[in-house]
Amino acid sequence: MKELMRRSDGPATRDTVLWLGGMLVFGAFGVAFWGSWFAVPFFLAYGVLYGSASDSRWHECGHGTAFKTRWKNDVVYQIASFMMMRDPTTWRWSHTRHHTDTLIVGRDPEIVAMRPARLARILGNLFGLVDVPVALRLMVIHACGRLTAEEQTYVPESERRKVFTTARIWVGMYLATAAACVLTGSLLPVVLIGGPRIYGTFMHLIYGLTQHAGMGENVLDHRLNTRTVHMNRLNRFLYWNMNYHVEHHMFPMVPYYRLPELHEEIKHDLAPAYPGLWAAYKEIVPAVLRQLKDQTYYVRRGLPEGAAPLHPVSDGRAVLTERSAVA
Amino acid sequence: MTQWIAACGVDDVDEEDVLPFQHDGVDYAIYRSPDDTFYATAGHCTHERELLCDGLVMDRVIECPKHNGRFDYATGKALGAPALVDLRTYPVKVENDTIYIGV
Repeated sequence: MKELMRRSDGPATRDTVLWLGGMLVFGAFGVAFWGSWFAVPFFLAYGVLYGSASDSRWHECGHGTAFKTRWKNDVVYQIASFMMMRDPTTWRWSHTRHHTDTLIVGRDPEIVAMRPARLARILGNLFGLVDVPVALRLMVIHACGRLTAEEQTYVPESERRKVFTTARIWVGMYLATAAACVLTGSLLPVVLIGGPRIYGTFMHLIYGLTQHAGMGENVLDHRLNTRTVHMNRLNRFLYWNMNYHVEHHMFPMVPYYRLPELHEEIKHDLAPAYPGLWAAYKEIVPAVLRQLKDQTYYVRRGLPEGAAPLHPVSDGRAVLTERSAVA
Repeated sequence: MTQWIAACGVDDVDEEDVLPFQHDGVDYAIYRSPDDTFYATAGHCTHERELLCDGLVMDRVIECPKHNGRFDYATGKALGAPALVDLRTYPVKVENDTIYIGV
């Protein structure tokens, strides 16, 4: 297991060059064709790289597992946080809580599909219609030097100044973008900065809902409240292998590029992975709709016969005690 | 006064790795750095009491297996969120291929 946890800079550097390089190329073509319909596919690609792929970069670099070199994780984390409009400090702490209390009602701040699900909110967020206004409101609150009541429960005092400073910088950046629109009489600046969080964010929700939607709440075994879904190479690039989500929750130290190997190593202990997005949504949609009326319903996953019981993370070594230690 | 406890043999800890040790109901973590020096810290992460022995040693850093909090295991210094409180460290000595920690 420890071998699978080892990091290198190579895979994430390659993928980051492809990600940011792709945005540069597609964005340049979009700008070049601005004003014609030819710009649409280029901005669609740019938008998905900005508003959807940034989610998984934010996630992996927040864990600090994508790159071996710490500062590279931090730089990509800051870039991706800005693009997803997620304050890098508060969201780091909320995600920490999500890993401690996955789908524990009242504790996990990242439950997307509650029971009953707020369907309008989920559907609207395919285009950031709730997330973006909420993010902008929080940005202003933070820029004023305040946190919400919920944020105060998981962001330590010593971390709060960072929240306020980041928000003030971001407000300045978005005001500059708005000013550029006014001065140029064009929407192009906001199509490049901020706008993709609306028109390019749908894939991050489509991927993200597969993680836990409709699954059992208030259970401790991640194999029962999380899905692993097989995806093609393009989706796995955009999602940085977070489709191996059971594996990620069980072993968050394993970098995204080793998750397929981890899946092969432990799949005999897991419920069967879903063969694709279609298969996952064939379960998610009916489950979430049923939960609108019956909030006791949830997807029950069966573990294979002989699967290892839930136990603390361990690589199998016995704990040395005085009796077994060298005298 | 420091009480020296025999924890394990030097060959029990791989290079750039960590080993758990219990004494008197208390968990400790024993490290072997890439330059073949041994260190000892408290056994649990200061963030949410996860056992550090299940974490990953990278050079002079131990990373907690649950939330990826990182510490310099030689000094105990917490290296950033979510690890904000330093780890307690313990003195280590090696005699006759046995690692002793001072508690």
